[in-house]
Amino acid sequence: MATQHLEHSGVSWKGQQLGHKHSRIDTLDPRLRIIFTMIFAVVTVFSQSFPSLLAALSFALLSALFARLDYKRTVRRVVAMDLFIIFMLILLPFTTPGDALINIGPLQATQQGLLLALAIGLKANAIILMTLALTGTLNATTFGHALSKLKIPDKFVYLLLFTVRYLEVINREYKKMRNAMKARAFTARSNLHTWRTLGYLFGMLLVRSLERSERILAAMKCRGYTGKLHLVSTMKIQRQDYLFTIIALSLSAVIIGLHFL
Amino acid sequence: MNEPLISTIDLHHSFHNRGTVLAGANFQLFPGERIALTGANGAGKTTFLHLLVGLLKLRQGEIIAFGQSRKSEADFVEVRARAGLLFQDPDDQLFCPTVLEDVIFGPLNLGKSRKEALAIARDTLSELGMSHFESRVTHQLSGGEKRMITLAAVLSMQPDALLLDEPSNALDDQAKARLIKTLQQLPQAMIIISHEQDFLQQLATRWVRLEEGKLISIPETPQAT
Repeated sequence: MATQHLEHSGVSWKGQQLGHKHSRIDTLDPRLRIIFTMIFAVVTVFSQSFPSLLAALSFALLSALFARLDYKRTVRRVVAMDLFIIFMLILLPFTTPGDALINIGPLQATQQGLLLALAIGLKANAIILMTLALTGTLNATTFGHALSKLKIPDKFVYLLLFTVRYLEVINREYKKMRNAMKARAFTARSNLHTWRTLGYLFGMLLVRSLERSERILAAMKCRGYTGKLHLVSTMKIQRQDYLFTIIALSLSAVIIGLHFL
Repeated sequence: MNEPLISTIDLHHSFHNRGTVLAGANFQLFPGERIALTGANGAGKTTFLHLLVGLLKLRQGEIIAFGQSRKSEADFVEVRARAGLLFQDPDDQLFCPTVLEDVIFGPLNLGKSRKEALAIARDTLSELGMSHFESRVTHQLSGGEKRMITLAAVLSMQPDALLLDEPSNALDDQAKARLIKTLQQLPQAMIIISHEQDFLQQLATRWVRLEEGKLISIPETPQAT
């Protein structure tokens, strides 16, 4: 199988060109992958003991290996999430009451706080890795269709699907305007002129997007749209899905079991 | 005697910020005709097409489409199915992730089953010679390809008339030649908006010019636009 191209990425559209190699995970039913990502997240969040958290993290790592995720991109995404919570992790030992561990000036770090921070860090990393492995390998359209099959309200699904479709168009419009600015010798500096110009840029982007959305609705109406999208996709539970269900459920049981040991 | 597919009587329309664009426009489209609709930028050509399919609210005048006077939104739902409007910018029209999904969007809305819709879509694509584009991602197509797919998307609704809003915009010579050849072979009556004389000359059977809010018949080879 060729590499899978995903239609999404956090910041730049280049993510689309970065594929991951085909793996067994790709043959699993998208609905099951979403459901088990959620089950895994809930089980992990409620686990308190370190053995069960370490088990969760290792299962997540194994899944990521199994899904043959792009190494560089995965690391970048996990680090991005870690940066998001790092300040909380640093502050927790100093703000949780308990037995003193070290003193820095008037500040006192506690053992309980440190353990709490560690637990949260483990949970977050395990969940993000599992999410990347199971649902991050779905392309956005399949993800939308699967959500719709799981009875997520249509509005959310449409919001996702249209965002995926038009992100590139809006990005292109942004670049077009950016180039037009460059063509007239604009360089970003820290002065009022820069801020005002960037304000115009984003304002214009909003106006253009709004106008485009109106034209899109008009075009949809012209093709008989009256408020309901007919999503066409075939998803079938197959043999490997039963195997996946059994494995996923037993691994969840292991995490829960270790918690009570 | 042939009945016109679409006719308008004394059509008026104005915008707050643009003023009056249509002031008593009378118009008829007969089966088999390909009408070239010309006029200066901002004369109201697009407005006229959008009024015909009810995308803009009819305020004054009458639109008779496919044998009935059309007024309410519900009236126009049928008109839109039978008069396929091709938008200026293909990106406005192609909103589904893949080509096939976009082409079956119309038939599904018309109440066709998934199977029927797929059959129609595949037929339409193969008639246009675009079969191998089925699973392509719409936003990655070239301008010419996008144009052909939007045409397929409109044709898959099996309309009686086509309203083409600057279909040759931003197409290279090759893509344009292909579009002309395709349109020449289609049986549908058409209204074609364009600023390109040679494009229109190869298609039009009748010429109409929108000027000062009115639609005037003009000879086949107008001197200047």
